[in-house]
Amino acid sequence: MGAATKAKSEANIKTVENATCTFCGCLCDDMVLTVDMDAKKITKAKNACVLGKALFLSHEEEDRPFALIDGKPATLKEGVEEAAQILANARFPMFYGMSDTTCEAQRQNVALVDMVGGTIDSTTSVCHGPTGMALQGVGESTATLGEIKNRADLVIYWGGNPAESLPRHFARYAVTAKGMYTPNRKKDRTIVNVDVRRTKSVPVADIFIQVKIGADFELLWALRALVKGRHVDPNIEKRTGVSLETMKDLVERMKNCRYGVLFFGMGLSMTRGRHFNSAAILSLASDLNEYTHFIATPMRGHGNVAGADIVVSWQTGYPFGVNFSRGYPKFNPGEFTATDMFARGDADAGLILASDPGSNFTQAAIDHMKKIPMIVLDPKLTHTAKLARVAFTTSHYGINTGGTAYRSDGVPIELRPCLDSKYPSDEEVIRAIYKRVEQLLKTRKKTKGANNKRRKAA
Amino acid sequence: MAETMILIPGRTTKQGVGLLESKFKKQYRDATTTVEINVEDMARLGLKDGCKVKLRSANGVTTVKCTGRKTEDLPPGVLFIAYGPPTSKLMGTDTGASGMPLSKHLEVELESVN
Repeated sequence: MGAATKAKSEANIKTVENATCTFCGCLCDDMVLTVDMDAKKITKAKNACVLGKALFLSHEEEDRPFALIDGKPATLKEGVEEAAQILANARFPMFYGMSDTTCEAQRQNVALVDMVGGTIDSTTSVCHGPTGMALQGVGESTATLGEIKNRADLVIYWGGNPAESLPRHFARYAVTAKGMYTPNRKKDRTIVNVDVRRTKSVPVADIFIQVKIGADFELLWALRALVKGRHVDPNIEKRTGVSLETMKDLVERMKNCRYGVLFFGMGLSMTRGRHFNSAAILSLASDLNEYTHFIATPMRGHGNVAGADIVVSWQTGYPFGVNFSRGYPKFNPGEFTATDMFARGDADAGLILASDPGSNFTQAAIDHMKKIPMIVLDPKLTHTAKLARVAFTTSHYGINTGGTAYRSDGVPIELRPCLDSKYPSDEEVIRAIYKRVEQLLKTRKKTKGANNKRRKAA
Repeated sequence: MAETMILIPGRTTKQGVGLLESKFKKQYRDATTTVEINVEDMARLGLKDGCKVKLRSANGVTTVKCTGRKTEDLPPGVLFIAYGPPTSKLMGTDTGASGMPLSKHLEVELESVN
């Protein structure tokens, strides 16, 4: 994307242009970073939002051991050996995370889970996993954020708060961005916000529609009915908190716009209705294509959570919740998703790559993680690292490590690291574990073969 | 006396900035242990900004500080809190065969602990 990185050294100050911020799914690739190479600190992050500034300016390589085994410092080699032993001896290991690492590390992680016959899941399952299930059922009318910036004249945010979670979404893509057919920025667009509460994203909207909690599906279905010209009872307001007049006005705007977009957040996928809510909004966009061009696309939180879906999909055929116990991939959310497998006590070991389920999974899942041998790879000390048998310190993707990440609209972005790290990348650690597990499994196979021969001879 | 309300956990800027610093430092801890309550509900329950309240769901219990939000921003009977370890204690394990625990529509009992 854009011009190549321009690095200039002046009194050991380096400037890295077009660097990518990996905090959220916007993956803004227009950062201009000023780096003090002596202090190993990023001192300026031009174009970064509040979250991007915090990511870059607070970056500090913590002086931690390469690995911790049961909380005690260990070498990288010792950590790899312990992790490999855990995985080679596990009967039903769960591999989880992957939303804050490179596609290269994700790819290697899939190879490892395939080899040990485990289960792999990403943070998608507790993010837009239900949307992934919905689009398998009803399809998706989609576009890149670039196309949206250039063309959309009606932008509807539903159940999301980008002002706080994707702060540059408005300025870079959908509200105040200057586009080819939207040269007057916000003046050329109508912005609608649908939510159960007045979030910090509401002030930019021309129209705010406050829906009752738990009534998103009903409101979406009523809108679908109106788009198709069906009668809707005015009593719908009692259920949804939205008057029929407001719904009709929105439907007219949707049918008559030049190019409409529905951006939806976890207010749909994490609440009552889950994948039915996502299916309803995706279907509404499809219905509207009888009248105009309309798309619906989820807003994704973590930097490379979209990459996790894409990499796991092209390697296994499925986006998340994939099991290899039978030697081939099987997809079954609820059965092979991480929070379920941990909460039920199914997993007998875990590998957590660049995620912290110890701070955001259900208590039952966290309690089980404390009972089984866990392996964690993370640049920072996390709640999950604290409960792990083996915790590796790895370098930070995007800052220390290059590679590829996918923006929330599925566009791959190249990372431009600006600082070296003494710690290995996630990919390097996973590769080392893979190599050692492969040796252990081969040795075990040989030993098993020799034992069988001896038994037969006896 | 406990009152039943609906809790919506979500992301906030403070929580995002805090987790980048450290999940074990004040900023993240404060962000994830402060629940927003409608000001009318607060007045009725005799709560002030900074008061501690106990949130109890069918799955667990946690104690957090409270802060008021105007009625036009947060409807009565609705609570908002940033995701974090306290919300993990309240979520149920049933994912409805989707992999997603019900994370944004949690029925909780709110009780003052002051």
